Amino acid sequence: MKTPHHRHFASLIAVATLALAAGCHKKAVPPPPPPPPAATSPAPTATITVTPSSIDPGGSAVLAWRTTDATDVSIDGLGTVNPYGTQKVTPTQSTTYHLVARGPGGSTDATANLTVTAAAAPAPVGETMNEQIFEQNVKPAFFDYDSYEIRPDAQTVLAQDASFLAAHPTLKVVVGGYCDDRGSAEYNLALGENRANAAKQALVNGGVSPDRVRTVSYGKEKQFCTQDNEACWQQNRRAGFSLDQ
Amino acid sequence: MRPRKRTSLPHSRVLFLIFLLPALGCWKASAQDWVRTGTNLGAARIRLAAADFNPSSPDAPALKTTFDNTLYNDLNSAGIFDMVSKSMAPPVMPASPQQINLAQWAAAPANAAFVAFGSIAATGGRLAVYGWLFDAKNPDSPQILGKQYNEAASQDNARLIAHRFADEIITRLGGGIPGIAETHVYYIAARGGNKEVWQMDYDGQGQHPLTHLGTISLSPRASPDNDRIAFASLGRQGWSIRMYSLVLGRVVSFASVVGNTLSPAWSSDGAKLAFSASRSGDPEIYTSDANGANVKQVTTFRGPDVSPTWNPKTNSQIAWCSGRTGLPQIYIMSSDGTGVQRMTDGGYATSPSWSPNGQFLAFAWNRKYGPGAPGGQDIYIMDIASKRWTQLTHDAGRQDFPSWSPDGRHIVFQRENGGGAEIWTMLSDGTEQHRLTQSGGNSMPNWSWK
Repeated sequence: MKTPHHRHFASLIAVATLALAAGCHKKAVPPPPPPPPAATSPAPTATITVTPSSIDPGGSAVLAWRTTDATDVSIDGLGTVNPYGTQKVTPTQSTTYHLVARGPGGSTDATANLTVTAAAAPAPVGETMNEQIFEQNVKPAFFDYDSYEIRPDAQTVLAQDASFLAAHPTLKVVVGGYCDDRGSAEYNLALGENRANAAKQALVNGGVSPDRVRTVSYGKEKQFCTQDNEACWQQNRRAGFSLDQ
Repeated sequence: MRPRKRTSLPHSRVLFLIFLLPALGCWKASAQDWVRTGTNLGAARIRLAAADFNPSSPDAPALKTTFDNTLYNDLNSAGIFDMVSKSMAPPVMPASPQQINLAQWAAAPANAAFVAFGSIAATGGRLAVYGWLFDAKNPDSPQILGKQYNEAASQDNARLIAHRFADEIITRLGGGIPGIAETHVYYIAARGGNKEVWQMDYDGQGQHPLTHLGTISLSPRASPDNDRIAFASLGRQGWSIRMYSLVLGRVVSFASVVGNTLSPAWSSDGAKLAFSASRSGDPEIYTSDANGANVKQVTTFRGPDVSPTWNPKTNSQIAWCSGRTGLPQIYIMSSDGTGVQRMTDGGYATSPSWSPNGQFLAFAWNRKYGPGAPGGQDIYIMDIASKRWTQLTHDAGRQDFPSWSPDGRHIVFQRENGGGAEIWTMLSDGTEQHRLTQSGGNSMPNWSWK
């Protein structure tokens, strides 16, 4: 029983010797020296934290980061930032904040995870949207007196509304057209219809499919503010958005 | 813009308006809003006495008071009579032609040209009324009317009989134009956050809700046969025209095929509806058959187009309110959309209503409207042929939604003056304004066709 064992062992040694001989042959050239350590430029250091680490939909958290020996610090999603600082964030879905610090001494990265509880996370089909979040992101457009033209400030708001809706492609919305308390109730219903449609058209121009948006005019039947002054009338001249559920 | 035409309507009477149209051109332009000169210029009212009716049964008095008051009020508000006040009338209650002494009524201080009188009895649960109208200046052949009525005894029927008798008198003495005492006003009442369609008699009596939809309903318009009320109602999918059957007492189905339909209007033959709809996203005027079929788009103007009203004399024209040049103005056109003509020259003009004789538009107009301008929104009427207009309400808050009575002598409208909106009536020369509702939140009146 000993003989086969012995033969086996001998052949293993032979294979190993051959292999070693081959390796030594290739490494005949002396290896290059390791790169010299940058004695004057220490590698950057970086830390990033998020407090709290978990928020409800619509909540906010504070990112805090600190780096040393870095000349270029960036955080994914936030772009280039100061070497150290804090930033309030209100993501609508769970996010990993990835910080990269680059300097003469190399680069270092750090990450922090922020969890947004499930309700706000977009699901691919049949997304459920918290109305509060919706209202925070899809803001009303305001109009001049007796007008349904989109003002420049409303254009900005509607572009943001459109990009939010484009990012949540399963949401359907109702655009409500509202008017201030002056003038004819019937005429204001028609004017509100024009306002709602002007806002709808702005959303469509911003990339929202028209079949996701329907319009209802409330004329002067639903008032947000009931005083008899221009500040109040302005509040009431709007195209407002709500989820079409 | 043309020179400002400020015509002020003297204390003239509506018959003057209707029958003496050429006189419109003679109204002197004035820089003031509100000038009245003289009284009873142009048309003398008929001096009429309404005697208290003779109670010919023991339990008649309660109904008699209602009857007497209603009859007197109907005649007094008809716009064509100079009523003998009760304090000037002889203190008698002639029950029959045998009991009346016409000389007593023709003499001062009554000076009546005509006398209405009769008897009222409530026996066996029935209310029986005999009424006569006599010519006080023609004692040889005095009788003009003799009527008898018999209904179940109730306060409502005491009012109803008084209305019928008043309408007989008004028709006979008012140039053959039927009276309006049996007509109704449909309107919107806001109660508990909702707005429903309500109905009342033309004098404000008998206010009650028709719809109970629990949403916002607006713009009630009675059909010419008084069978249905078209109105606009807010549902989950927006506004749609709906139909309430006065015969069945409920909402009946109506095919509203175009999206977001508003402000229905009946043609006077009951065959057509005009309305505003925003199928394309821009509210335009459409017409359809009375059942909602055969929809045709009439206007194509960018901007709000709403509040159509047919010329009830011809049904070949529509007036409406359009914002195509900015602030809303009143326009007229043929019902196929051709021949568009702008009627108002500025300000904020809305809610047109076409007079029964086809000659006038009543509408709401704020001539000083603008951001920061406090101006008043008042009721105006305009002679369509000449575009001459006159202001009917003054310094009494915001008025809107005028609607003509079928005799063309009255206009019902909405007034907001420091409180909630209320429904008022007036003669179509702006005089004799009376409030019909008291509770706040009553708007958009529509006078029935008969």
